[in-house]
Amino acid sequence: MNVHASPDPAHALTPSGNLRRRMVTSRAVVAVTVLAAALAVSVLFIIVYFVAQRGASQISVAFFIRQLPLVSYGKVTGGIGPAIAGSVEIVLLSTLIALPAGVLTAIYLTEFAGARVAAPIQTALELLAGLPTIIAGIFVAGLLVAHYGQSAYAAGLALSIVQVPLIARTSIESIRRVPASLREAADALGIARWRTITGVVLPTAAGGIVTATILAIARAAGETAPVLFTSSAFGTPYQLNPNQQVPNLPVEIYNLANSLNPTAVSDAWGAAFLLICLILLANIGARLWLRRSERKRGL
Amino acid sequence: MPVRLLSARVSSLASFPQLSNRRQLERLNRLDARAGSALRWLALFGGAAVFLALMAIVYQVISGASLALSRYGISFVGRRQWSPAVGRFGALALLYGTLVTSVCSVAVATVLGVAIGLFLSLMAPRRVAAVVGPLVEMLAAIPSVVLGLVGIYLIAPFVLNNIEAPLHSVLGFIPLFGPPGTVGNSDFTASLVLVIMVVPIIAALSRDVFLTVPSELREGAEALGATRLEVIRGAVLSTTHSGVIAACMLGFGRAIGEAIAVTQVIGNITQISHNLFAPGDTLGSLIANQFLTPVSALHTASMFYLALVLLVLELATMLLARYVSRHFGSRR
Repeated sequence: MNVHASPDPAHALTPSGNLRRRMVTSRAVVAVTVLAAALAVSVLFIIVYFVAQRGASQISVAFFIRQLPLVSYGKVTGGIGPAIAGSVEIVLLSTLIALPAGVLTAIYLTEFAGARVAAPIQTALELLAGLPTIIAGIFVAGLLVAHYGQSAYAAGLALSIVQVPLIARTSIESIRRVPASLREAADALGIARWRTITGVVLPTAAGGIVTATILAIARAAGETAPVLFTSSAFGTPYQLNPNQQVPNLPVEIYNLANSLNPTAVSDAWGAAFLLICLILLANIGARLWLRRSERKRGL
Repeated sequence: MPVRLLSARVSSLASFPQLSNRRQLERLNRLDARAGSALRWLALFGGAAVFLALMAIVYQVISGASLALSRYGISFVGRRQWSPAVGRFGALALLYGTLVTSVCSVAVATVLGVAIGLFLSLMAPRRVAAVVGPLVEMLAAIPSVVLGLVGIYLIAPFVLNNIEAPLHSVLGFIPLFGPPGTVGNSDFTASLVLVIMVVPIIAALSRDVFLTVPSELREGAEALGATRLEVIRGAVLSTTHSGVIAACMLGFGRAIGEAIAVTQVIGNITQISHNLFAPGDTLGSLIANQFLTPVSALHTASMFYLALVLLVLELATMLLARYVSRHFGSRR
């Protein structure tokens, strides 16, 4: 057995031997977790910086309004006006489908459904949430585009498949977090069920639902795979007829990125910078909004 | 409360105009009943739409693939050649590319993601976690097309110039790290891009799982003199490993389904190469790349068949993840 000398007052609490080894490995693992977190955050900053460095110089009013050069891509840079307008239209159409569908699904699952009916819908929702977005695109391509051609409607439908699970899931969570005392108060007053839902539950959960919708809009605005087969117009002038394919930001970036012309690539960076700014701002805004609305409700 | 006041209240309630008027009360009740059932049906319609959408997706993908299904049957999955020009199609090379890139990226992302999850849930002071957590999640919000753009102009050149040759010279005895390529578009670059997409998912999910570990358990281990690492191994990971596995499977599901960013950096050459530095193709990336320019009806049907393979793979992964997290869930 290892016989220790009488403790040296200067080094009384310095671990040695086995304990020292355990402390060192433990510290090493803690350091690894800190490094991993630092790596993830710095990758985010590197990506944003890299996009900003190349894209920020493109940003101007003309870039947001003009269209891409129609015939040849010379030294003149174009603009992404039609793509911005088209993206807004497609995402609007998609949200018009996804917001009611998502919120109604959430209401059904939390307020009405028995366990037996809820289970398959819940499972379907989870599976839709994990559905590869390219399959949403190919689904609508087979369903609508094969018969009626590409259109903003088709793109909106494809994007709504991506949005519905996002909106429904967060809505379910925020409806479940409505305090039971509020419902009980409504019940005690003899208020009809539907009035409780529309007058008490939904307004209380509104903060979460709005947050989910903002995040879903941000997500849809950046999705390429669902719109690639349903609205793949590229470099066209302003086009807003929803029966036709409309240009949009993700497809524009996707096509410009593969161009051999450096001017075209710098347009891609400009569009990417705009997209990433909007999405990150929406994310930050949605989080702040959620925090504020929860504080207001005293949650 | 004085009896007189109470009786006054009750009598005032009794003489409440709406309640005293029977006809009005009946009308109100009828309206409530109708509106209630309308809302119920509307909500059921929304829920049913979600379920039917999934069914419709499965049906549409199968029916789109019918031509290839009748031509090749199940042997399509085992066929190696994909050459639209000669009209030969098979999924094996694409399945290989999908699995290689996904497995490699999830292997790396698991280590990083679980480490970040541990950091956010157990190590970091609350204020630091409140800033770092959302930043990591924001990594998942970057659109895949922008990540692909960064992949083309930053990651691929970096991999080509700084990573391929050193890795080959050090780890060249492993067939995966073969001779360096010439362009930087490769399975390796695609995996690297996928790591960036998968890490935030695993980190967020595993953080949530770690937060469910009761603090008594951790404090008990600490009271026994366990170091941080021993607390993690003995009290945290041992009670949450099923949740962590489910998180990794969901990350895997995300990796196999990604099409756009992968197609931008993988090189789009349909081949089976053991070398990670060679260009390749995945199920999703091939569909993204060729779907708009089919050369024949069989070509389109074969791409629907690829989508079907991807769909089956994805649904199996998701259901398995669900099963793992529910049935091997908490043993507490």
